[in-house]
Amino acid sequence: MSRTAGTSVTETGRSEAAAGGVGKRRRWRNSPLYYVGVAAIVVYCLAPFYWMVVSALRRPSDQFSNSLLPAPPSLDNLKAAFSSGNGFGRALLNSVIVAGTTTVLTLILGISAAYALARLDFRGKGLILSIIIAMSMFPGIAVVVPLLQLFTDIEWINSYQAMIVPSMSFALPLAIWLLTAFFKQMPFELEEAAKIDGCTPGQAFRKVIMPLAAPGVFTTAILVFIAAWNEFIIAVSVVNKNEMKTANVIVSQFTGQYRFDQPFGTQMSAGVVVTIPLVIAVLLFQRRIVEGLTAGGVK
Amino acid sequence: MSVTVEQPDTTKRRPPGRGRSRHEGVGRLAAYLVSPSLLVLGLVIGYPIVSALRLSFVKSIEGIDPDTGLITRTSAFSLENYTNIFKGDTGAVFWNAFWNTTTFTVVTVVIETTIGVCMALIMNKAFRGRGLVRASILVPWAIPTAISALLWRWIFAADGVANDVLHANVLWTTEGFQAWLAVVIADTWKTAPFIGLLVLAGMQVIPAEVYEAAKVDGASGWRTFWRITLPLVKPALVVAVLFRMLDVLRMFDLPFVLIGPHKASVETLSILSWYEMNNLRFGPAAAYSTVLFIYVAVVAYVFVRVLGADIVGRGIERSR
Repeated sequence: MSRTAGTSVTETGRSEAAAGGVGKRRRWRNSPLYYVGVAAIVVYCLAPFYWMVVSALRRPSDQFSNSLLPAPPSLDNLKAAFSSGNGFGRALLNSVIVAGTTTVLTLILGISAAYALARLDFRGKGLILSIIIAMSMFPGIAVVVPLLQLFTDIEWINSYQAMIVPSMSFALPLAIWLLTAFFKQMPFELEEAAKIDGCTPGQAFRKVIMPLAAPGVFTTAILVFIAAWNEFIIAVSVVNKNEMKTANVIVSQFTGQYRFDQPFGTQMSAGVVVTIPLVIAVLLFQRRIVEGLTAGGVK
Repeated sequence: MSVTVEQPDTTKRRPPGRGRSRHEGVGRLAAYLVSPSLLVLGLVIGYPIVSALRLSFVKSIEGIDPDTGLITRTSAFSLENYTNIFKGDTGAVFWNAFWNTTTFTVVTVVIETTIGVCMALIMNKAFRGRGLVRASILVPWAIPTAISALLWRWIFAADGVANDVLHANVLWTTEGFQAWLAVVIADTWKTAPFIGLLVLAGMQVIPAEVYEAAKVDGASGWRTFWRITLPLVKPALVVAVLFRMLDVLRMFDLPFVLIGPHKASVETLSILSWYEMNNLRFGPAAAYSTVLFIYVAVVAYVFVRVLGADIVGRGIERSR
């Protein structure tokens, strides 16, 4: 029971309902107030996102119409977003490369560190974990100022590594913390059994722990990828060439092709394109993501 | 929590000599496993912090060489970057950014916590449509901040939907209180659900018997909330609030994209530092970021001390 305490929010809720308090809950559930509450949450969360999608699908000529549905719907904004002048396609690729590499590197380092912190017995564990968590609290700007100077000196400006390496400053503490929590949830008898069967600690890790930890690693990968994909301050600072900018940066810097100063329609459709992979990931893996967020409590 | 109870105490069983070498082996393995991460963190955080600290004390002086007539750049160590922060025109800019950072933090965290707790209370009852609610609550969280800033910029445009709904004619994204408010609204939208999610996780481990007992004792719903739900949910809530505070204190992309860089009404310390850096005034930029860093550290320390946010413990506790 204790192992799964943090993991399955929904299950606990259900078993609780089965155990008792059903009467009160049911009454509450049937009251219109409950539906109003649920509807309020859904509208609160989705209405602005819906507006982004609707605006993306309008014709540029009726961009400023405030009707609830795009009539007639059109893909002109989307085409404009991908038009060659914007470099949006390339920026998407850059985002994938930067976020993907950050995720892979972070996981490799994070898994080994988290395994040691969670399951090996050595001195200074608490201190190391505290230092790592404290590091996630540093304001990004404090890291960016000196790094920009350093990258200028070693000619890393406008390179992928200039975005990937600093990204690890927030991705690594997040990953180590989440993975430590996941590794700790596994019963310690596993390694004992492996050792009795003659495994070295390294073998116990590879053959017993890793296969079982795969779901936790996957959850961490999603959260780290989303965090890296959303990164802005580093990307906007260390890159000034359009071909190297990430999607977030380039969309915020779209310049107007229409008569208005800011091409909102194009930006909204590009925003939808940037967001859709994340929304799909959220829909597919919502349970895992919630599990990771509540285990870590980090953004 | 029950795991270690069943865990056999292996040190007692092993012969002393072997146990020691085994222990050293484990220590070495741990060092191998942990050091790459510490090395990277030292490189991407440790080095920049130390470097920023050094940078913040460097004052570059531009002058003309009397012999050659060329512009020279010399640098010297001085406290000027810091003393300049607090006086004159730069002082006004700094205190404005400090004020914005602080008001954003206090106001957004209070509103977000209130909305988040309400959401958690509703979701805690939710059975039908639980999946829908959970998926929709993750959407604001998943949208990149820069994109959500653009989205709100569009909503708050002069002819945008916000003015249409309110039947108002506010120029939201121009300098003034309305710009500040726009940032608060956009931030609240994005992160209140996140707090709701964390608080919900805390609520769901409260045993139903506690509520039963309260009901038997004749406690009203309001009283149950204040006397049972809130105290029991406090550990989860405190951690959520702490993370939000640290996040808002360093807020950058939302005001940067929604209103713009270097706009007095929404300029935070992060943006101010970035602006200085972008104009190649690295010394002042580093001084601002160091002040922000100290501010964040103080807030975190006070918060952990006063409210007892147990962050590290949450990770370690699981092994017991």
